[in-house]
Amino acid sequence: MSTGVMLRSGPSGRMFLRRTFGRLFFAVCVAATAAGLLALAVLLVSVAADGVSRISWDFLNSYPSRFPEQAGIKAALAGTIWIMVLTALFSVPVGIGAALYLEEFAPHNWLSKAIETNINNLAGVPSIIYGLLGLTLFVRVMDLGRSVLAGGLTMSLLVLPIIIVASREGLRAVPASIREASLALGATRWQTVRFQVLAPAMPTVLTGIILALSRAIGETAPLIVLGALTFVPFTPSGPLSAFTVLPIQVFNWISRPQAGFQTTAAAGIIVLLALLLTMNAFAVVLRNYFERKRKW
Amino acid sequence: MTAQAVPARSLTLSEVAQRRRRLQRLREAPIYLFLFACTALSIVTTLGIVAVLFEETVKFFEEVSIFEFLTGTEWTPLFTEQHFGVLPLLNATLLMAFLSLVVAVPLGLLAAIFLSEYAHPRVRTIVKPVLEILAGVPTVVYGYFALTFITPEILQLIFGKNSVSSFNALSASIAMGIMILPLISSLSEDAMRAVPQALREGAYGLGANRFEVSTRVVVPAALSGIVAAVILAASRAVGETMIVTVAAGTQPNLSWNPFEAMAAMTAYIVAVSLGDTPRGTLEYSTIFAVGVMLFVTTLVMNVVAQWLLVKFREVYD
Repeated sequence: MSTGVMLRSGPSGRMFLRRTFGRLFFAVCVAATAAGLLALAVLLVSVAADGVSRISWDFLNSYPSRFPEQAGIKAALAGTIWIMVLTALFSVPVGIGAALYLEEFAPHNWLSKAIETNINNLAGVPSIIYGLLGLTLFVRVMDLGRSVLAGGLTMSLLVLPIIIVASREGLRAVPASIREASLALGATRWQTVRFQVLAPAMPTVLTGIILALSRAIGETAPLIVLGALTFVPFTPSGPLSAFTVLPIQVFNWISRPQAGFQTTAAAGIIVLLALLLTMNAFAVVLRNYFERKRKW
Repeated sequence: MTAQAVPARSLTLSEVAQRRRRLQRLREAPIYLFLFACTALSIVTTLGIVAVLFEETVKFFEEVSIFEFLTGTEWTPLFTEQHFGVLPLLNATLLMAFLSLVVAVPLGLLAAIFLSEYAHPRVRTIVKPVLEILAGVPTVVYGYFALTFITPEILQLIFGKNSVSSFNALSASIAMGIMILPLISSLSEDAMRAVPQALREGAYGLGANRFEVSTRVVVPAALSGIVAAVILAASRAVGETMIVTVAAGTQPNLSWNPFEAMAAMTAYIVAVSLGDTPRGTLEYSTIFAVGVMLFVTTLVMNVVAQWLLVKFREVYD
């Protein structure tokens, strides 16, 4: 009698423990995921609470000032747009070109493999190192000065790996049958790529470009090393003009001792985040739209 | 006259096509050249980085011995009495990278297990991109968050205002930990989902529950991918600039106390760039010497992580 009870209570006790551990572990996993989401929420809410009182048309349309309540981001916003356009101008054609070569034309040899490894490694180089490269190559050797053009070129090198990787992904998703059909009808390899492959790959490529550009406008360190100014009471007049960008302006306000500038910095961050969120939302909408339209 | 006597034979259709193709190919040659040039630019970029860094660094080591640079405990290139020991900067960088991993590895790994093993696909498609927003927030924003929220509202509240200085390594580490969390969770989740379903089913068939399957089958099977994710995250933390500059300060300080202010390698480069140190001086070349340390450290980490990822892919594909 008693041995029967013991036999039953032994394994069921273990079972109970295992089940409890399982439930506890599940709870811990959920908590960890929730902690990440919570951190994002706290980050956004605390910044918004700090800065929302300063958001106004005047804030967007004023130059920086010694007085926190008069300071605005006109110069920084203009600089950011300049950098974004120049970066897109250089990095988009080159990035798509490199992706086309690697995905469609590159022979399978050691050189292609080396280039591929090299691009992966470039994606991991700290952004501040690109600043040192830009400072020497563009500012000094090419003598562009601490201009918005030098900044755009530096940012282009920084985001190129992102565009290349995203574009290759898009090209790889196009089925081989489309290429084969085009080649069978007598098109050359370039005609095939140009007229059949590029169009269906475009949504992924565009998403990659938007992500790359949002990386470019959030970066601060390379442009500081390059020598972008922190106090700029004018908008860039041309590619060789001096400039500042939103994150540098924010950094400058953060490092000032007066409390008023912290609020101004938070307001600048709100504008920066709003810009980034808009771009990312656009990328998501674009991707969903084309995914629904895709035929294969 | 005789030359004209031979009448030009009219071309056959296939010959016309052949000629047109040849012409077409000739016209396309510059396109291929352009595409190859785009690709080659990545090699040029790498060579450029190496050349730029090492040119100035060689100048630096003509004046300062490598031994002093690597073993010196004082870093005061901008003072009248100059010392060039990189240890305070290196120590700060490694300490903050390590502490950020202490935050991000457990959270990221558990989140990855949740997303890969527990979450409904619909939950995953929402939660994963939302978490990834964390990696897209500009780093200067994290710096602001660490300086104005983590330090005063969390650290100084828990540990007391006097023991935590307003610039401190811990707040920067926590902010960096939040930033690299999605890197770890997304890459680890990819690795876990690549584990063949048959392994899980085998374990379930033997009576294991989900906790046991996750921790004893899936995580060990995905280990090289997870380790690669952690190394990539560590490399990101080592190269991170604005968070450590804003939250931990630019004062070199050889210390293991995370409540103190200390300048990381990247923060030093920023501090020099903000001042106007003229080119050609020893102070100017210090940022390139520090840059080389940074470049080599992150490069080694990235290469190891790439190698692990490739090795992992070979096992299950």
